[in-house]
Amino acid sequence: MDSRLHGTTDLPIMKPYVLRGHQYDELFLVRWLGSLPPWSLLVLLALWPAAAFAQSATFGTVDAFAALWRWIPFLTFQGFLFNVLISLFAMLIGTTLGAALGLAQLSRNKVTRGISWAITQLFRNSPWLVLLFVVLLAFPFQITVFGVTIPIPGWVKAVIGLSLPVMANISEIVRGAVNSVPSAQWEAAESLSFTRTQTLWQIILPQCFKRMIPPWMNWYAILTMATPLCSLLGVGEIITFSRQAMEAENNHPELLMPFYGYALVLFFAYCYPIARLTIALERRYSVKL
Amino acid sequence: MSWTPDLPIVSLKDVHKSFGDFEVLKGVSLDVMKGEVICIIGPSGSGKSTLIRCINALNDIQRGSITVEGQEVSDPKLDKLALRKKVGMVFQQYNLFPHKTALENVMMAPLKVLKEDPRTVEDRARSLIKKVRLEGKEDNYPGELSGGQQQRVAIARSLAMRPDVMLFDEVTAALDPETVKEVLVTIKDLAAEGMTCILVTHEMGFAREVADHIYFTDRGVIVEHGPPASFFDEAKDPRTKEFLSQIL
Repeated sequence: MDSRLHGTTDLPIMKPYVLRGHQYDELFLVRWLGSLPPWSLLVLLALWPAAAFAQSATFGTVDAFAALWRWIPFLTFQGFLFNVLISLFAMLIGTTLGAALGLAQLSRNKVTRGISWAITQLFRNSPWLVLLFVVLLAFPFQITVFGVTIPIPGWVKAVIGLSLPVMANISEIVRGAVNSVPSAQWEAAESLSFTRTQTLWQIILPQCFKRMIPPWMNWYAILTMATPLCSLLGVGEIITFSRQAMEAENNHPELLMPFYGYALVLFFAYCYPIARLTIALERRYSVKL
Repeated sequence: MSWTPDLPIVSLKDVHKSFGDFEVLKGVSLDVMKGEVICIIGPSGSGKSTLIRCINALNDIQRGSITVEGQEVSDPKLDKLALRKKVGMVFQQYNLFPHKTALENVMMAPLKVLKEDPRTVEDRARSLIKKVRLEGKEDNYPGELSGGQQQRVAIARSLAMRPDVMLFDEVTAALDPETVKEVLVTIKDLAAEGMTCILVTHEMGFAREVADHIYFTDRGVIVEHGPPASFFDEAKDPRTKEFLSQIL
């Protein structure tokens, strides 16, 4: 081959095909998290006291960990368990509303499609903390229905606030999954006299249900990691309680690494298996039937 | 207008169809009587598939008229679902539902659309699968079947709706040569039973054997048509002659 020609050809067919920019990966979080080797948890557990030790002064690292030890049951079962609970409720609400919104985005009615698209974009692209504060301030702290006053505690508002961005992202997952089914499937159903609704529910959705599970789990992991935002609303969860516990232990700076490190370990230990499972499911579902 | 069997079951009059500025059909007329088998042949891009898709309203037309059993297909008030119960269609890419077994594929439309009794539907579906010579494959998923087998399931699926007319859109074009025959035999059986069939095909030998009438289309018009014997042996139009000389 003539070396002067190499690399200078303008024949389009000879140029390597390069994708411009990054493609959107709907599993961006779990793919990264799941790619970490399982021993990273051990590394984290080993580095955490070491890092804490590095900043120790008069109040020793041993004292700090002793303090943490006393608080661990409280932080775990009153704190982290609540984060899990918030994430589960927010996921439930977000999935239900998101599925409906995603289907509305596929409506043949232009207005329905437009409105659901706008709602999806609004909540998908708003900062989560802003949404949380809006819900916190916009919702009354109690509602009166037929003379019965029902208080709305802060954690309920946190659940609602977190479910909004989840809803918007689930909406996009549903829309994307339905659109990924070849249009020939719609035509085949159409030629067999299926109505559009029947086609969607009986032919299209059953085919793409599996495809929606991995990205849905990706969003669950993201949501779980976002639950500490609720501490800014004063909702009792692990970060709120960690701060209160450190105050009770006289706010020694040496407490910071052990206490926040413990929260980090818990979140990692909870989300890592989810990420691994998601990646495994994605591999399995990507094999064609 | 009420339809009687002595009138054409499918009738196209001066049908025009465009995609944007591109006119695919430029005034096509043809009549199909009940029980007839007609084959539409022609070079690719001549509008054959578009033509056949207009008959069950998968494509709409801009001008002209298409009637099926006397019912106007381009009528905006047309009950498309009722039309499609009468007109079955088989596609080039089979388009089976991948999440359902062969038997379920055949049973689905009668169950969900016609809301028929599950037991009668299953009996019918099993006998249809037997008819397309796929006994024993009832519980296989489409992904486990060969192209020819999938296409025969697709034919059975369409027949399960008990249509009056069957449309075949290049049903053997995506198949391996050795499986083409099994699909053609299935269609031949159907034709012998008196099913009205409209086929778009490239299988000239098959067209010659089973068709009552051949239509040759080129650039959106029907150039020439006639019974197979005279069409293949005494083609008059130079375009037909050229096409046949290339393909035979």
